[in-house]
Amino acid sequence: MNQIGFVLLSVLAVGSALSVILQRNPVMSALSLVVTIFSLALAFLSLGSSFVAVVQVIVYAGAVMVLFVFVIMLLDLGRREPFKLTGVGRKILGIAAVAAFLFQISASLSAVGVMGARPPEPLPPGYGTALAIGRSVFTDYVYPFEAASVLLLAAMVGALILAKRRI
Amino acid sequence: MSQTVVVDIVRIAVILGMFLGCVAYLVWVERKLLGHIQIRVGPKRVGPYGLLQPIADFVKLVSKEDLTPPNAHRALFRLAPAIALVPAILSIAVIPFGGTIRVLGREMPIGIADINVGLLYVFAMSSMGVFGIALAGWSSNNKYSLMGGLRSSAQLISYEVSLGLSVLGVVLLAGTFSLREIVAAQHPIPFVALQPVGFLLFLMASSAEIARIPFDLPEAETELVAGFHTEYSSMKFAMFFVAEYANLVTVSAMAVTLFLGGWNGPFLPGPIWFALKTAAMLFLFIWVRGTLPRYRYDQLMRFGWKFLLPVALLNLLVTALIVALSGGEG
Repeated sequence: MNQIGFVLLSVLAVGSALSVILQRNPVMSALSLVVTIFSLALAFLSLGSSFVAVVQVIVYAGAVMVLFVFVIMLLDLGRREPFKLTGVGRKILGIAAVAAFLFQISASLSAVGVMGARPPEPLPPGYGTALAIGRSVFTDYVYPFEAASVLLLAAMVGALILAKRRI
Repeated sequence: MSQTVVVDIVRIAVILGMFLGCVAYLVWVERKLLGHIQIRVGPKRVGPYGLLQPIADFVKLVSKEDLTPPNAHRALFRLAPAIALVPAILSIAVIPFGGTIRVLGREMPIGIADINVGLLYVFAMSSMGVFGIALAGWSSNNKYSLMGGLRSSAQLISYEVSLGLSVLGVVLLAGTFSLREIVAAQHPIPFVALQPVGFLLFLMASSAEIARIPFDLPEAETELVAGFHTEYSSMKFAMFFVAEYANLVTVSAMAVTLFLGGWNGPFLPGPIWFALKTAAMLFLFIWVRGTLPRYRYDQLMRFGWKFLLPVALLNLLVTALIVALSGGEG
């Protein structure tokens, strides 16, 4: 039951991710990305991480993608010609990138074992709750967490300086 | 097993039916109250006191012609009302309406689901509703609709931050995201007594989130015809309308759950208390609508970013300090 749901969600996630790059209309691409994010959130939920699932929806679907759609609407990006790869060098580069990506996926899949190869370990009590994640963020991962927040602050200041030359 | 499923389905059906009935009659209540505030009588022709008005409105809307503008993006134009309505309805799934009740020899909580991230779930749903409005504005291919859609996206993004921060004080005090546990933590003192600033911030930010006066910029009719739903007619328009009122009910129910002690109260049974408090909140929202004028767009943005957000941050900081000093949760 859970396995079937997971496969369905994966198909939905990959399908909508393909749709992101295949759609000509930027609004439709953005919406496909929302579907991808949603299916990933549901996948997290089926894996017992309810907090991550909800935050995924709030942050990515609710905030980031709303901003994307807002900007697309504001700049009125209509239909665009599909992006074409020109030149032999670029084509080779593209094929090499795809090959590297596929290799990485197969490597990581064989590292963890394909689904069902290993019996899943039972989750520790309280796994995936806000409390457990908060604990680990502010104890084990406090330095990466702070580094990430400094990075975000720097990005914000940078955006302000770029957007407002005169303050 | 099958009995449980049947009980669950009945439970969902009852709560959904009551919720939608409440939404339908809220329109009547609002029109009546606004009428009296403006020294009119409001609807009174259809049935006694105009009580059949919502049904008449519904029949009228269904029987109207369903127009689609020739240059609209047809698929998104159709999808947008559903994207607005579905999250609005899904939000009630986690709201606890009362304590527990015995059905078929089984204790069960009154409400549909109790998940440990209930509060965040409501936020996730409310942030999904923005897509419906933004896409409706964009797909109509009408400049007033587009302006309305843009305004509402900007407004909802801006006020979502303050809204989230305003309820974090409650989360700190209760030490949980589960709405049922938050209500339980408010016995005997409701959080409005401990978080008065948070409550006021929640009221202001949530009126902006559901685009009520004085924050109803997305459909400012004097500037934008009707905003994002200018091109919508018939049932599609009705879906936006229902979504708006469903959000109003949800926000009132959330205010009751987070700040006013939920179903807690003396003498009367829990669900009655919950209904009374929610009705009082709804009355407040309608009263505000009958009293205040609309903000200008720049005033709205300035208020949101330069007043609401700093106060919300300060409130959170002070609450966190007090909780930490008094050796609270965590």
